[in-house]
Amino acid sequence: MVTKSGTQTTQKGGPEGEPVFKSSTSARHALDRVFAILVFVATMIGLVVLAVLLVDIAWDGIPRLSWDFMTSFPSVIPENSGIYPALIGSLWLLGLTALFSVPLGVGAAVYLEEYATDTWMNRLIEVNISNLAGVPSIIYGLLGLGIFVNLLGSVTGGQSIISGALTLSLLILPVIIIATRESLRTIPGAVREGGYALGATRWEVIRSHLLPMALPGALTGTILALSRAIGETAPLIVVGAATFITFAPAGPQSSYSALPIQIYSWVSQPQPAFQLAAAAGIVVLMVVLLLTNSVAIWLRNKYQRRA
Amino acid sequence: MAANAEQRGRSEAGMWHRESRARHLRERAIKIVLAACAYVSVLTTFGIVFVLLFETITFFREVSIVEFLTSTTWSAAFANPQFGIMVLAGGTLLTTLIAIAVALPVGLLAAIFLSEYASPRLRRWLKPALEILAGVPTIVYGYFALTFVTPLLRATIFPDMTIFNALSAGLVMGVMIIPTIASVSEDAIYAVPRSLREGAYALGATKRETATRVVLPAALSGIVAATILGISRAVGETMIVAVAAGNLAQLTANPLQSVQTMTAYIVQVASGDTGTGTLTYNTIFAVGATLFVMTLILNIISYIFVRRFREAY
Repeated sequence: MVTKSGTQTTQKGGPEGEPVFKSSTSARHALDRVFAILVFVATMIGLVVLAVLLVDIAWDGIPRLSWDFMTSFPSVIPENSGIYPALIGSLWLLGLTALFSVPLGVGAAVYLEEYATDTWMNRLIEVNISNLAGVPSIIYGLLGLGIFVNLLGSVTGGQSIISGALTLSLLILPVIIIATRESLRTIPGAVREGGYALGATRWEVIRSHLLPMALPGALTGTILALSRAIGETAPLIVVGAATFITFAPAGPQSSYSALPIQIYSWVSQPQPAFQLAAAAGIVVLMVVLLLTNSVAIWLRNKYQRRA
Repeated sequence: MAANAEQRGRSEAGMWHRESRARHLRERAIKIVLAACAYVSVLTTFGIVFVLLFETITFFREVSIVEFLTSTTWSAAFANPQFGIMVLAGGTLLTTLIAIAVALPVGLLAAIFLSEYASPRLRRWLKPALEILAGVPTIVYGYFALTFVTPLLRATIFPDMTIFNALSAGLVMGVMIIPTIASVSEDAIYAVPRSLREGAYALGATKRETATRVVLPAALSGIVAATILGISRAVGETMIVAVAAGNLAQLTANPLQSVQTMTAYIVQVASGDTGTGTLTYNTIFAVGATLFVMTLILNIISYIFVRRFREAY
């Protein structure tokens, strides 16, 4: 860049006398003002669409919401359809996914950040994790279908909640690992050295100091990852979440539905009344997401104040 | 080494040493458990490759690979099925192109605004607000595309557009990937050294000229990385196209028509009842393998570009 401008300056003073800078200052400044407006508008486009989307869904969905909608089962009659089994299914998935993914993710992050030396194997793990974060979610669905539903079907119960939760766990694992690692990385080395100087072992330092200090960041990342899991549709369709279910799931091996699956099923129906049920389902889903995200923000603020 | 430690433990059998040995063993056990957690990610990749490869090989025992890559008909559900992946890949290409046509200019301009124009306070508010767009579940975007964008476009600009069409799905997908492109580009633009901007100002360039002729070219590899990452997201995106683009597998460049993408095909088959081991069952893995390879290549290219801009300064 710099050298180019340099040669241009010499050209300007050269025998051709060809000016590089246009002297039309007012036109250039007018263009600048247009550009400033343009970049601002571009930034706002996304936010305006977001606002329109939220209003549209609230407009369609909120009138359809009722206590009956929350406690009823799906039905062939759109007006009688409810979200109850899907909501319970989503809560099951949320709980089990957290149970599987949090210990695994935090464990992997602690290993990579605190133990791993710079060997080719550890570098492979790192590249692998960042690559997994970019794999489309539907591919995880195919993985779950091949391994958890078919290969391990006798253990998981086939198209069961546990298969769905394991699939979602693998899907969000990279996110949890990356968030926890970033959080561990911000802890100054002096904390570790102080611990070792007092005779603590590596694990004792991790348990008593590093994990508590990394908690806010790791927790925020984890809850955001879990809220992504709640909204995932495609992998659950592939691992066989049911779209029409007339009972609430009884246990981890039960077949199940989930909020996004139920919404997808209603959206796919041609009758407009089902579309309204879908909108109401989306409102429920968005409220669940809003709650989990608020918890994440609340926890982060709480722990940040203490630290 | 373990035997050595054990010997020492025995010869100087004091309290402290015994405890130290127990602690040492516990430390080793914990390290192994934590390493096992980290290896789960490697197993996941192996699992994906194994499952896709295994079922795809079974698929290619029935269907010739030449037909798969060259046929221009996809009729998997019919009596005499044809498997031309180009049809589904064409659907994916069309929706992806529309999405990038929206997300690249909008995301790039937003990135310029955030890094060059916005005050730090405004930036702190706008960035997370934009990130919300990436956090909205894709099924919600699908609903929005089908029940809001399509009727709006049919009522205004394109009255003869079909209910399921590539345009609405692509446009909404574009909005979804704005934050991806904006935030990766913004990182790259932000990383351009201040001295380059100051040099431009010193030569009499205006703010716009500095941003578009000095800062943007300097951040180009990061912007390319952002774009490729956005393409990869669009290629793998499933629910928006499954809901709004329809399930008509046809090779068309007309965005007002219904198309089926690779992801939408997998969803269509998985929503129905398909027995394990049937040809249809294998087909979704063959399509999935194609999708996996495509996104993998895109992610690797993007990674190379990201590394380049990080190394530059």
